[in-house]
Amino acid sequence: MLNKNIYLIVIISLVFAISFWIGFNVNLLPAEASINAPIYDELFKILFIIGLIIFIGMTIAVVYSLFKFRKRNDQIGDGIALEGNLSLEIVWTIIPSIIVLLIGLYSYNIYDRMGGMKELNHNHEMMSSNSEKIWAGISQTSDNQVSNNLSIEVSAMQFAFLFNYPKGNFISGELHVPVDQKVSMKMESKDVIHAFWVPEFRIKQDIIPGQPTILNFTPTKVGKYPIICAELCGPYHGGMRASIIVEEESDYNEWFNKNKKTEVNL
Amino acid sequence: MTISIDPQKTNNESLQPKGWLRYFSFSLDHKVIGIQYLVCGFLFYLIGGTLASAIRIELASPMSDFMPRDVYNQVLTLHGTIMIFLWIVPVVNGAFGNYLIPFYVGARDMAFPRLNAVAFWLIPPSGLMLVASYFVDGAAQAGWTAYPPLSITTPQSGQIIWILSVLLLGGSSIFGGINFIATIIKLRRPGLKLMQLPMYCWAMLGTSLLVVLSTPVLAGTLILLSFDIIAKTGFFNPVLGGNVVVYQHLFWFYSHPAVYIMVLPAFGLVSEILPVHARKPLFGYTTMVFSIMGIVVLGLVVWAHHMFTSGTPPWMRLFFTIATAFIAVPTGIKFFNWVATLWGGKISINSAMLFSCGFIINFVFGGITGVALAQVPFDIHVHDTYFVVAHFHYIVYGGTVFIIFSSIYHWFPKVAGKMLNEKLGILHFIITFIGFNLCFAPQHWLGLNGMPRRVAEYDPQFQFVNQISSLGALLMAMSTIPFLINVFLSVRNGKDAGDNPWNALTPEWLTSSPPPVENWEGEAPLVEEPYGYGKEFSEQK
Repeated sequence: MLNKNIYLIVIISLVFAISFWIGFNVNLLPAEASINAPIYDELFKILFIIGLIIFIGMTIAVVYSLFKFRKRNDQIGDGIALEGNLSLEIVWTIIPSIIVLLIGLYSYNIYDRMGGMKELNHNHEMMSSNSEKIWAGISQTSDNQVSNNLSIEVSAMQFAFLFNYPKGNFISGELHVPVDQKVSMKMESKDVIHAFWVPEFRIKQDIIPGQPTILNFTPTKVGKYPIICAELCGPYHGGMRASIIVEEESDYNEWFNKNKKTEVNL
Repeated sequence: MTISIDPQKTNNESLQPKGWLRYFSFSLDHKVIGIQYLVCGFLFYLIGGTLASAIRIELASPMSDFMPRDVYNQVLTLHGTIMIFLWIVPVVNGAFGNYLIPFYVGARDMAFPRLNAVAFWLIPPSGLMLVASYFVDGAAQAGWTAYPPLSITTPQSGQIIWILSVLLLGGSSIFGGINFIATIIKLRRPGLKLMQLPMYCWAMLGTSLLVVLSTPVLAGTLILLSFDIIAKTGFFNPVLGGNVVVYQHLFWFYSHPAVYIMVLPAFGLVSEILPVHARKPLFGYTTMVFSIMGIVVLGLVVWAHHMFTSGTPPWMRLFFTIATAFIAVPTGIKFFNWVATLWGGKISINSAMLFSCGFIINFVFGGITGVALAQVPFDIHVHDTYFVVAHFHYIVYGGTVFIIFSSIYHWFPKVAGKMLNEKLGILHFIITFIGFNLCFAPQHWLGLNGMPRRVAEYDPQFQFVNQISSLGALLMAMSTIPFLINVFLSVRNGKDAGDNPWNALTPEWLTSSPPPVENWEGEAPLVEEPYGYGKEFSEQK
């Protein structure tokens, strides 16, 4: 009996060790290029490790049972007439409930840190009507940068994204943003539902016709990343791409000033 | 409480065709209808599988070069619709439910045999109509979710035929659900208590409740959508002041429970198969019953987790995260109980057992990614990507389809009176298991790294992993060959099965193979302990 328990403890420790090792050493995610990304990856790592422990544990239990309790040729009759065990049932109800609850609370915390629970505000001088209802998106804020954020209006259509820079009064097919600065986007679709997804930023928000949505983010790494439409929008859905170019503030300003148009007098 | 039934004949035998012809007739025999459902479903599985192969051929290269882009969207729409509404739902509910439930409650037939036949005969015409819509003006191409405004703006004829077909299939499903509830509650043999029923009855009771509660919502939604398309109303059309997110709420109010309509019956079937081949009682019968009902209740209040990136307010995202994650608790209980059923048994390693264990491993994997997807911040990155495609194929293919095959190996001897060949069966399992995991496991990585779902083209950096996935799909397609050979050979020259080749205790094995029209020659046996393995009764054998 003592031997059996030692084997069990050794196996469980091995499962934990392997899961933690894989969780910390195998990277399944793309580069981290926004404030959201490291927060997301932290959640991913925890869920990955818990998932591995459960999956490896259950697989070992099934394969071991098939091997250990297989019917040998000389055997007849049945296994033991064991119909249940109340304390086991209670254990495997309560422990998973606690794990699920803890994961839920933890992911609530993560979501809050991403800015998902914040009141959405899109400080935008052109948005005059207060009656306009805005639907939720992620509203990432980094406290020292609240005052200084870049507002962009995104419109999506079959099969392209257009980025309107109201301050410069111009529209671009490429999204240029300065690094380490909060970007606040108000998005609306001209035809069917689209979605704005940047894998390296770990953010996604549907772009809905007739109902503006908000997406705020802060890029942290200079580079060029794909913007991908993630909602089936027609035959060329797979080709509906754009690029987001994150650049140093000086480069961004140069690009902005080159494209800026003088105000049209009404 | 129970209606006592005379062993009167529910079928007018002289009017019914004999032999194989009865499978093409409006037969009222629940066993014939069960086989009709299974064979019809399997034919549609072959069509849906061919479409899946076409998708994987297209995705073997990064460019859209195998078929036109709009045809690709039609193919993926038909693949999803056929696999869900014409293969999995009719087979795990209609086929096995019709065949087994009357045996399990000790009845001669279902409560409403005529309604039962109508429910089946709705399926072939609506399925053929759906497939034929391709040749009219192109099939529907808005995905099986048919989100407006895309479904309003794509060619109308395909979308309207799709709606009509899904409405008829939904009707068939509701007729079946009503019939199962009535049969399980009202047709039980005198003396048989609810808590003595085999677990599949409980699974079908829970499933049928979900069918009856949620399918009408889908029907109403699709009728409104068809108004938007034909009559130019504006329920979901933003141009006319409609709201597209309302459609998503209504659609997922049915279509999330639909996942449980596809997996709960499989949970029931595996609960019948494991005790027989492990020679042990089903572990924790009572908790298994409560966990089914827990899944039914929770399953109705989790739909908005499909809409975390749509317009949903923060409190709603939070509520649906917690509700969804909690489904893991009753589901987990079932998996722990199945492993405990295996523990200490005398397990026969045969095709039915292998497919059931494959189901446990695949489904646990799919369940873990499911709990992760339930977390809003996690889902926001991977929603609508190949990660989700991989997740739900682990649930519906690695889960339910594995159990359909396991059940075929388990009940074939009863239906045909012949054994299936075990060597071919194990070969079938090995190819399916390897092919399935090779096809879908790499797709998790694709989704995490930036490949959205429902695309005909992708970045060249994903080509290698997509080719591995396509190779897995090829193996899955090949795995059908040993299965079909096995079935045809065994029907012709299989070893005689006898009445009860597995020494099982559930009532369908206590009659001849194949069973007579009235199910039992005499009175229906009273089986108080359907899982009484290791006890006096089975030790006599």
